[in-house]
Amino acid sequence: MGYFLTFGHSPWGQQILTHVSWNLLWASLFAGLTFLVAHASYMVLSAHRKRHPDETDAMEAARPDLPPRIKRHSGTARAFHWVMAASMFTLLLTAFLPIAGVKFAWVQWHWMAGLLLTTSILFHVIHASFFMDFWSIWVGPKDVPELKAEIMRELGHDIPGPKPGKYPLGNRLYHLALVVVGLSVIASGLTMMVRIRTPLFPRNPYLFADSTWGFVYVTHGMAGVALVGLVIAHIYFAVRPEKWWITKAMIVGWITRRQYLEHHDPHRWVIADTNHGVTEARR
Amino acid sequence: MAVIRDVMPAFELLQPASTADALSLLGRYGSDAWILAGGLDSFDWLKDRIKRPRYVVDLSGIDELKGVRERNGGIEIGAMTSLTDVVRHPIVRQRYGILMEAAEAAASPQIRNQGTIGGNVSQDTRCWYYRSGWSCYRAGGNICYADTPESINREHAILGADRCVAVNPSDTAPALITLDASMVIRSASGDDRVLDAEDYFIGPGTDITRMTALRPGELLTAIRIPGDWAGANFYFEKVRDRQVWDFALVSVASAMVTSGEMIQNMRLVVNAVAARPLRLVQVEQFVKGKARNEATADAAGDMAIEGAQPLRFNAYKVPLMRNLVKRAIRGVGEWATS
Repeated sequence: MGYFLTFGHSPWGQQILTHVSWNLLWASLFAGLTFLVAHASYMVLSAHRKRHPDETDAMEAARPDLPPRIKRHSGTARAFHWVMAASMFTLLLTAFLPIAGVKFAWVQWHWMAGLLLTTSILFHVIHASFFMDFWSIWVGPKDVPELKAEIMRELGHDIPGPKPGKYPLGNRLYHLALVVVGLSVIASGLTMMVRIRTPLFPRNPYLFADSTWGFVYVTHGMAGVALVGLVIAHIYFAVRPEKWWITKAMIVGWITRRQYLEHHDPHRWVIADTNHGVTEARR
Repeated sequence: MAVIRDVMPAFELLQPASTADALSLLGRYGSDAWILAGGLDSFDWLKDRIKRPRYVVDLSGIDELKGVRERNGGIEIGAMTSLTDVVRHPIVRQRYGILMEAAEAAASPQIRNQGTIGGNVSQDTRCWYYRSGWSCYRAGGNICYADTPESINREHAILGADRCVAVNPSDTAPALITLDASMVIRSASGDDRVLDAEDYFIGPGTDITRMTALRPGELLTAIRIPGDWAGANFYFEKVRDRQVWDFALVSVASAMVTSGEMIQNMRLVVNAVAARPLRLVQVEQFVKGKARNEATADAAGDMAIEGAQPLRFNAYKVPLMRNLVKRAIRGVGEWATS
């Protein structure tokens, strides 16, 4: 148990949970890097199905009504993504560099970045709920056929089955994991701020019992080390050559008609308006 | 003060005869090794069974770590030099009177005979919650027991607290920073370094489990004091509950160079108000070029306490620190203002 969690003693001699063991940081780092190597090896060696350029040419020829550029992310959505990324990097660096031996006064930077992340996510929730296609990012039973088709394609079969809507299944699964881990780290982090000195509110170390505080700290630590692995995976996919068009869309906001037709199901991601050069898309 | 709970627990005692041997042992055992200098801090930890090192590296047999030597117009003090030897050394008395005063203010004559200057600057905090073995932040836990509404925190920090509110207990540390000393740190890995005394001490924001920049495998071997501030106008005062064998409630150390009534240059350090001795650079800048008088002292005192955040039972430290800074500006003897 000591490998995963650390315990201390309260003034009454009771054993209390204090933190996750930082062994888990190295475990998460190792898991993330192992996944990276395994996936990269698979992509090099496997027979995963790639669409032939002729097929895409034919699809493009069949849809001359589509504009050359298709809007994928609004400026607001992109700004959110990069603000969230900056705050996430700051959070991870301020949290884990001191553990790795790089010592500096990190607490203030950490909670300020945490507040920025919280604010940006609150904004994102509102923005996604009212100004975006809310359900396009979520996964559910309806995606099982797509999952099966994706697996078969990865195994080298030519499956005509469902293609992704706006977001590939991997994106949606990643988003789901990030929602769970992100909300855990934010909820626990905001709670932990009650224990430190900030100009925002008075400290209250007695808000919870020691055991409850231990649970909060462990939740924060678990979510934090999980984020290390998740962020490694995210960066890895963002820089992979075959995924670069998605990353580029997060910078410039649009994808080409060819990319749209090659990677998406036009029935699941329907273009709402084709009268403009850059077109807003709806599910 | 924690109750002595038991006799000394078992550990392997290693007694190197040279610095090289000591470094080799520290390199071999890393964080399992405990450095024993005079033992005044160590024996509390060990007999209370709060710290349980597997190996204790006793430096008392290393002669090359002892003594005061002249060096490049200044002096070099071996880390294992006893506080009594520091106090009695003629060069220290003649040129670095502030260090003599500070070392002489430490504890009691018996303790100064045994205690070393390296141990004095490297000792751990005296927060009794921490030293009682509770799982506080400094001990790797997730709470500061001294910073709760019911805590007994009369001796704790008013400045620089970051989760932990413990204070640095060293008497010689503020004097050494005032003298612009540097700490010679040697390492088993050969990664030797010389740190300004100011940077040797670290606050909880940087590393909540340590008081100094010393890492496992490293050894403080000497303290170098340049000649820059030799013979300056010094001021040292340590306020404590009793006049011997007690830690500072607040201490102040300063070195000043004057020209007539004008303050040309100054270094000013306070201790026992934060987890590390605090050099008051802003105050130093403020007084530079000003007349050494009551008005300057008042303004400097007020400036010194800006940002102070007292706990429930240590608000007295705020005016105490202000007044000590004022007194440091006023000075003593012919320099004292009315």
